Amino acid sequence: MPTKEYAGQIVNVNEEGFLVESGQWTPSIAEAIANELGIDLLTDAHWQVIQFIRDDTTKQGQSPGLRRISKLSGVSMKELYQLFPKGPGKLAARIAGLPKPQACI
Amino acid sequence: MKKLLILGGGTGGTMVANHLVGKIPSGWDITVVDPEAKHLYQPGLLFLPFGAHDEHKLERPRRRTLKPTIDWLRKAVDRIDPDRREVYLTGGERQRYDLLVIASGSQIRPEETPGLLGEHWGDSVYDFYTLPGALRLRDAMTGFEGGRLVLNVVEMPIKCPVAPLEFLFLADDYFKRRGIRNKIDLIYATPLDGAFTKPAAASVLGSMLDEKGIHVETEFNTAEVDGDQHVLRSYDEREISYDLLVSVPTHMGAPFIEASGLGNELSFVPTERHTLLAKGHDNIFVLGDATDLPSSKAGSVAHFQSGIVAQNILRAIAGERLVDGSDGFDGHANCFVETGSDKALLIDFNYDVEPLPGHYPLPVAGPFSLLKESRINHWGKLGFRWLYWNALLPARPLPVPSRMSMLGKRELAA
Repeated sequence: MPTKEYAGQIVNVNEEGFLVESGQWTPSIAEAIANELGIDLLTDAHWQVIQFIRDDTTKQGQSPGLRRISKLSGVSMKELYQLFPKGPGKLAARIAGLPKPQACI
Repeated sequence: MKKLLILGGGTGGTMVANHLVGKIPSGWDITVVDPEAKHLYQPGLLFLPFGAHDEHKLERPRRRTLKPTIDWLRKAVDRIDPDRREVYLTGGERQRYDLLVIASGSQIRPEETPGLLGEHWGDSVYDFYTLPGALRLRDAMTGFEGGRLVLNVVEMPIKCPVAPLEFLFLADDYFKRRGIRNKIDLIYATPLDGAFTKPAAASVLGSMLDEKGIHVETEFNTAEVDGDQHVLRSYDEREISYDLLVSVPTHMGAPFIEASGLGNELSFVPTERHTLLAKGHDNIFVLGDATDLPSSKAGSVAHFQSGIVAQNILRAIAGERLVDGSDGFDGHANCFVETGSDKALLIDFNYDVEPLPGHYPLPVAGPFSLLKESRINHWGKLGFRWLYWNALLPARPLPVPSRMSMLGKRELAA
């Protein structure tokens, strides 16, 4: 299994770069992944989303899709795209150390 | 009398009801609630835009699809009150139940996307997920002589996740037959990051799109449709112009699910993966498109689930332990994918195993080949309508197991 070093820690990741064990995640790892994805600084708004999807995943057993995030986190779809450009659902999950949302199939 | 109430007489609800006739203990009534007079064979819709004229064969009177001892209430549902074990029908009537099955499917909701359901709906913007939509699109395709045809999947999940690809493959073939393929751009705008979500199938299907010169715009999340300008806009401010837009709009569960507080953000019912019980309820089962499960919203899935739900209903009545875990539903789906030129490929997969190459249902003998185009697969798809009306809906035993099998499949190197 591939591993990667973030913020001085070695973590297990899959081929797409998502953490395999969300227990290995720390906020500093989140910062490091975000930097790698081109987000220089995680603001409070970013953390609101990250916190929401981590809590929701614990409760639901799967990472939330985009509509669920925008409906329940209090952050609008437009803002989500500003915070996590391109693919907010995927990017936010990866930064939060969660599996890729499976909102399909 | 005790009552089993089934909300929805589509593929899943009808099969569960028919399965249980002759098996449910005496003292139990089976009632199906569905406001529609006819049962629609949904896989047939895909072929209408390309000139098929067999729409009269796609519908049958609902009464004929239900075995005679099943009651059919031709009413719409307002809401469910799980605490009182009652269903409120429109008009105020109430139905008490002992066991409930939610099989109310999914429906397209174009009004969820700004501009989609505007004055251009049915003029330059179409769907093929409803009978009237597919018929309108057939006229539009007949009159389409050149320009940009954009197929846009607004949001996942959708009914039959391969249907958009099939539409594009068939469109490529259709315009070639008309001799105008060189005057038409085919564009696929999808929120997914590839042609399909399961890797092996995505790569096979993705290269087929390439070969057919179909352009794919990935991770395109539609924010709005500008019908006057003929432009789709995404949340990340990309624009795609079209002459003819074929939209696969947002899908949601029935409105009564939300009214009953039983749905997720898309009004799909949170469902236990293997027993198919509604989460938090020991007397409500869910199957087909109505669930929130990460299995395909497809008739084959409803079929595989119907056997499990029927079995669990009998166990619940007998006070026995439900089939669960590895004995329960495994996410099994199997779909024919039309690829044009009278060929099709077949994919077979479940929660854990992605579509693999090989043969189905028998190793080597097949007759169907998995993840590979063949004419036999196409005939299989066409012959399926007969099988649907005469074997699947009446819940006759079929020579394919509910649970996915690895027989005949080739595992891919990791």
